[in-house]
Amino acid sequence: MNNNILTGHIDLSSFEPASAQEKEYMVQLRPSTTFFKDGCKRLYKNKVAFVSLIVIVLIIVLSIALPLVWPYSYDRQLGNRPGRPVDPSFNNLRPLEYSLSEQAAIEEGESVFPHLFGTDAAGRDYFIRVVYGTRISLAVGFFASIIVLVIGMTLGSIAGFSGGKVDMVIMRIVDIIYSLPDMLMVILLASVMRESLGPAIDRYAFLRDIGSNIISLFVIFALLYWCSMARLIRGQILSLREQEYVLAAQATGAKSGWIIRKHLIPNCISVIIISTALQIPNAIFTESFLSFLGLGVNAPMPSLGSLASDALNGISSYGYRLAIPAIVISLIVLSLNLFGDGLRDAFDPKLNQ
Amino acid sequence: MDSKTLRYIVKRIILAIVTLWAVITITFFVMHAVPGGPFTREKAISAEAQASLEAKYGLDKPLFEQYTTYLNDALHGNFGPSIKQRGRMVTDVIIDGMRTSAKIGLIALVIATSFGILFGAVAALRRNTLLDKVIMVMTTAFVSMPSFIMGSLLLIVVCVTLKLLPANGASEGGLILPVITLALYPMAYITRLTRSSMLDVLGQDYIRTAKAKGVSERMIIVKHALKNSLIPVITYFGPQLAYIVTGSLVVEQIFAVPGIGRYFVNSITGRDYTLIMGTTIVLAALIVIMNLVSDILYKIVDPRINLE
Repeated sequence: MNNNILTGHIDLSSFEPASAQEKEYMVQLRPSTTFFKDGCKRLYKNKVAFVSLIVIVLIIVLSIALPLVWPYSYDRQLGNRPGRPVDPSFNNLRPLEYSLSEQAAIEEGESVFPHLFGTDAAGRDYFIRVVYGTRISLAVGFFASIIVLVIGMTLGSIAGFSGGKVDMVIMRIVDIIYSLPDMLMVILLASVMRESLGPAIDRYAFLRDIGSNIISLFVIFALLYWCSMARLIRGQILSLREQEYVLAAQATGAKSGWIIRKHLIPNCISVIIISTALQIPNAIFTESFLSFLGLGVNAPMPSLGSLASDALNGISSYGYRLAIPAIVISLIVLSLNLFGDGLRDAFDPKLNQ
Repeated sequence: MDSKTLRYIVKRIILAIVTLWAVITITFFVMHAVPGGPFTREKAISAEAQASLEAKYGLDKPLFEQYTTYLNDALHGNFGPSIKQRGRMVTDVIIDGMRTSAKIGLIALVIATSFGILFGAVAALRRNTLLDKVIMVMTTAFVSMPSFIMGSLLLIVVCVTLKLLPANGASEGGLILPVITLALYPMAYITRLTRSSMLDVLGQDYIRTAKAKGVSERMIIVKHALKNSLIPVITYFGPQLAYIVTGSLVVEQIFAVPGIGRYFVNSITGRDYTLIMGTTIVLAALIVIMNLVSDILYKIVDPRINLE
């Protein structure tokens, strides 16, 4: 025992550098998890969110893959063949029925691919129209959300970072747009824009393919829906800058670059991803609403909303034609919402309190 | 009422006025951005007829003068004559449609609020029982279904398959389904809102205090829990009305109800610009005012809340 007064009878051997063996013992047994891995684990444990994710992925994959292998196309009127008179027996087939010429072919031993959901009034295979409509609805939802994300993030972070007059002007604009009745404005803009956009985009083949109504839908989303995203991101940046852990990091000598990289971005990004995920069903919803009012995708392109609204005409005899797109829309919106909620619970437990 | 609340209310009223002005302005300029103006889609008419029509509707004046005239007229509730419905004023068409729409909307509002609160309270009090789970699953389904799909499905099942009610909203009993369709989504939303806020309230200290004092279970629920858990429901009044207004656009279309929503949709397909402008402004004013009222009520009922 070393009775040195200065060390206060402390055994100095405890303060010797650790040996390699001791170091190995002290190292944590579990590999350290990152924020992302931790969130994924929580998401995986949430059965509802996980099932929703599987449903979404399945729908996306099918809507992309099926049109590639399906023998019918969404816009071909089957009764309308070159060089032959129009065959009206192709129109309004019920599920799994065949037209007269197809029945004749089957009797001769040929195999004819069945019309799973029948055909519509113009003799187009309804199954592939539903699949194609799903693809378009999903694409519209996705791109509209990206547009909202980019505009909202830019303006929101400008407002949050610069503060002062710029912040005030942006936030007053946000306030006004936020209190506009969005659906009425969407309908108003959509009904006018198809008139003004139509001639303007006719010159560009690419834009013409998308159609004036879809473009006006994107423009509307860009004009009206960015404000909640901007508000959210501004609030995040303002509050994150004042957090204690940012102060703590500053006190321990962290550089601002490190604070932004390690604290601000990871904390912001989960909120951004979550609200984008929740924006997609919103956009799909709006598109189907507009399609229903006749302001959606341009014919013959189908979307789930336009399929449902077309089906209203023959509702008494062909009710399933309405039920099928209706179920698909509800399934997409429901699973995206549940997945978004799960994502929020997994990556941002603070929000759920 | 303290000065802070007062200041909030004044600020909120100014915002509502600016919003209404923005709606009128946007509507006006958006309509004038239509290439060729409102008469180009008519059959080819002579230049003189075109000029006299434009003079009649004041379209030959400078844009800014037209704008100030329109702003002034709109504030006085005068939206000019309908372009497509000969001899009718837009205001008359709107009042005519409002008669039916207001009836449906108000009944839907009452049903949604009362049943929503009832189901929400039951779900919260019987938490984690089968009843609670059934209510939650049903409300989740209703919330994620667009109103036009809900309406169409009801139309297929009730009118076409079961033949219980007429599919035409103008006939006897035809307004029952439109009301149900409109009420389902807000009802589901209010149920969820009431449930979560009631669960929150039931965990508060004052509930425990009341229990310790020996207050009966019923009194606790009615006097303390329900009353306090209804505060968030007040904030939903504005959005609820907005939902019912936009929902009525499709619901009236599906069930052929002769209401303002149907006129609005028809005026879009018929390119009746004055009617589109008038209807947009009236409906927007309704929504903005209702939002204002519910925000102010919320602030007065619960002064703890800082809405900034």
